[in-house]
Amino acid sequence: MNKRFLTYRQKEGLAGYIFVLPFIIGFIVLTGGPLAFSFIASFTDYNVASDMEFVGINNYRQLFTADQLFMTALWNTTYFVLFSVPLTTLGALFLAALLNQDVPGMRFFRTIYYLPAVLSGVGVYLLWMQLLDPTTGLINVALGWIGIDGPNWLFDPDWTKPSLILMKMWSVGGSMLLYLASMQGISKSLYEAAEIDGASGWKKFFYITVPMVTPIIFFDLVTSTIGAFQIFQEAYVMTSNGEGGVANSLLFYNLYLWNKAFEAFDMGYAMAMSWVLFVIVFIITIFNLKLAPRWVHYEGGDDK
Amino acid sequence: MDNENNRKQLLRWFNFILLTAGSLLFLSPLWWMISTSLKSMVEIMTPPTSLLPQDWLWSNYARTLEAAPFVRYAFNTLVITLIVVAGNVLANSFIAYGFAKIRFKGKSILFAIVLSTMMIPGFVTLVPQYILYAKLGWLNTYYPLIIPAFFGSAFFIFLLRQFYMTIPNELIEAAKMEGASHFYIWRKIGIPLTKPALATVAIFSFNGAWNDFLGPLLYLNDSELYTLQIGLQVFKGQVSTQWNYLMAGSLLVLLPVIILFFIFQKYFIQGMNIQSGSKE
Repeated sequence: MNKRFLTYRQKEGLAGYIFVLPFIIGFIVLTGGPLAFSFIASFTDYNVASDMEFVGINNYRQLFTADQLFMTALWNTTYFVLFSVPLTTLGALFLAALLNQDVPGMRFFRTIYYLPAVLSGVGVYLLWMQLLDPTTGLINVALGWIGIDGPNWLFDPDWTKPSLILMKMWSVGGSMLLYLASMQGISKSLYEAAEIDGASGWKKFFYITVPMVTPIIFFDLVTSTIGAFQIFQEAYVMTSNGEGGVANSLLFYNLYLWNKAFEAFDMGYAMAMSWVLFVIVFIITIFNLKLAPRWVHYEGGDDK
Repeated sequence: MDNENNRKQLLRWFNFILLTAGSLLFLSPLWWMISTSLKSMVEIMTPPTSLLPQDWLWSNYARTLEAAPFVRYAFNTLVITLIVVAGNVLANSFIAYGFAKIRFKGKSILFAIVLSTMMIPGFVTLVPQYILYAKLGWLNTYYPLIIPAFFGSAFFIFLLRQFYMTIPNELIEAAKMEGASHFYIWRKIGIPLTKPALATVAIFSFNGAWNDFLGPLLYLNDSELYTLQIGLQVFKGQVSTQWNYLMAGSLLVLLPVIILFFIFQKYFIQGMNIQSGSKE
């Protein structure tokens, strides 16, 4: 086919495909292909070196009926999601409201509160292991100054998950910034009208600010729930190389999956696990989406 | 009315004090890291522990650098990070231009696929990707860490597309009238006009690659190839109670990110605003 015979439209189309081609290739090789492969492999016994041996729903059956550690991992993860998501969301919202005031030095404050959010990785986990150290860490040392005998944090199965939640709270800056941006978009006239009606600061916060940022609260809830279900690195580094911490209290879902895949090389089983997680996260996300119209306020939306 | 003003003034002071107390709280972990990194182990272990070191042992840093080949790790990390940043900036800018400024069949479906890839939990594709790289013979090389950056990522494509959408179509049309190809327009008009967004992509992917732990942990076995994150992780095992060295090492690894943050703060904060703006 000679180039000269291509119509303008076809030429445009061809250019379009060339531009998005890297994504298409990447999607097929790095996402779509792996998804299909992992779905099929989840019904097999497979350790990379062996041939795949088809075992039907055995992996799934074993997960739900015989694997005690799976249940532990699922519970740990659920606990973490249930507490960390609301706490970090509320924390971010509160901080954003505070940083949205007319106070001198605001630029400085915003920078300080956002800084921890850009720090992550092993350095931060080690820092928190030291902060949480029962005898030499800052947290218990500071609690000691006010006469409180701090807990054993990462060494006490009741406190390991709260330890990680505390660490998460330190880096709420990302969500905080989203809320702040959204709050700054709220029209001043709304507040002025409320003031004329004699509304107090708290009333303005609950009846104007919160409803106006519900779209961002919703976005934050959905993304941080998905994120919290996938907690891995923190637990891997802060327990001795993925062993799951004291009494398996930090054996999170992905940590257990990791152990199955890359320690035991039980790939089929690990992939069955990954699909169970996928389905759980998917259902919760759909549930969130369905529930949203009941409480999320969209400007210009259908307010009957 | 005077009363009202007094009340407002009081509230301002109250907020200021609350914010100051809060920022001390938020900064204290970093302060503790610096302070601990300069103390001797004896001082760390003997109560009462204080906020300031008794002797400032700067030599702890030299010791830390001797205890593990951090310079080597830093070099490895830098090479990987720079290639990943280049890949992310180029590929995502290219792809996003296609989605924003060219009309072709199936574009909206493809873009829906782009967005939906954001919903897939990483571990679902991690295991098959590992198997793929193993079959390709890429284990213990940097390929699994750098090649994917050249195929675009949903979040960046989305972000850059938002920017390209603001370039008037007339400008593109005019250039096409002059006989410019889309490739030429992308290079000569698209890239210069989206520089702030590209800076955001560069910063975020620098941060991501610098802090990447899972990739190097999974794909690198040879300690010659280790990155800082993995080096630090191994270092943890060797000197498990030597908090001063561990904190010195951690600070060295976090320092580039902290410096980057203060230099490019504006872009960090802009990047987040775009994310929220697009959701409203």
